[in-house]
Amino acid sequence: MADPMRIRAQSSGDKATVRVLMSHEMESGQRKDASGKTVPAWFIQEVTAKHNGKDVFSAEWGPAVSKNPFLQFAVKGAKAGDKIAVTWKDNKGDTRTDEATVS
Amino acid sequence: MQNRRETLKHSAVVAGLLATAGFPQFAYAAFNKAAFDAKSVQDSAKAAGATSIAESKDVTITGPDIAENGAVVPLGASTALPGVKHLMIMVEKNPSSLVAMFHVTDAVEANFSTRAKMGQSSDVYAVAIMNDGKALWAKKEVKVTLGGCGG
Repeated sequence: MADPMRIRAQSSGDKATVRVLMSHEMESGQRKDASGKTVPAWFIQEVTAKHNGKDVFSAEWGPAVSKNPFLQFAVKGAKAGDKIAVTWKDNKGDTRTDEATVS
Repeated sequence: MQNRRETLKHSAVVAGLLATAGFPQFAYAAFNKAAFDAKSVQDSAKAAGATSIAESKDVTITGPDIAENGAVVPLGASTALPGVKHLMIMVEKNPSSLVAMFHVTDAVEANFSTRAKMGQSSDVYAVAIMNDGKALWAKKEVKVTLGGCGG
């Protein structure tokens, strides 16, 4: 199981800025190992976010996103105390969800 | 001794196994594989549903002028235009140009940032796909001192 994400959600005005740091290898499928074999691609394909249980954000990623990816987006109408849950799913079918409270 | 009927039966079993085991990486219907496999900026935009492509001042791409480490290049895409369906970040000279595709809804602002890998100095693009199928883009040149793809 992958390590937990670090999520920080800060409200400013009528929106909340959400910053997420995920822990993932994000192998591009371009690299070769010491014996010259290509390292197979392993990367996060889908990222979704929920605000108080309602889907608000989704994204599709390719292998060109950096290792241990960073993501920033802003949710309209989110106030302090609201819950933001972020989920990712990689191309091996692994998935992880973490939740944070807007401050 | 194996007769023809048995051989056929075995083939069917193998075919069945293959079908159920499958290839997990292709199991997600939602993942737009065509757009991520496309090699050029234009092809990716078309695979994501764009019909016409034009440069626009209303779309912004943010990124450094010079990136020391191509493995971690902070890139952002944003637009103030209404009616945006997807926002995409692309790196022209990467093996596949599309880095990330964000789906814009009413509940989130059309302003996203992430970090990308870049193989070499290249133009980076923010492409906004509008609800009517128009693609609007903005670009910026990013110089990379140390590549981050392969090696």
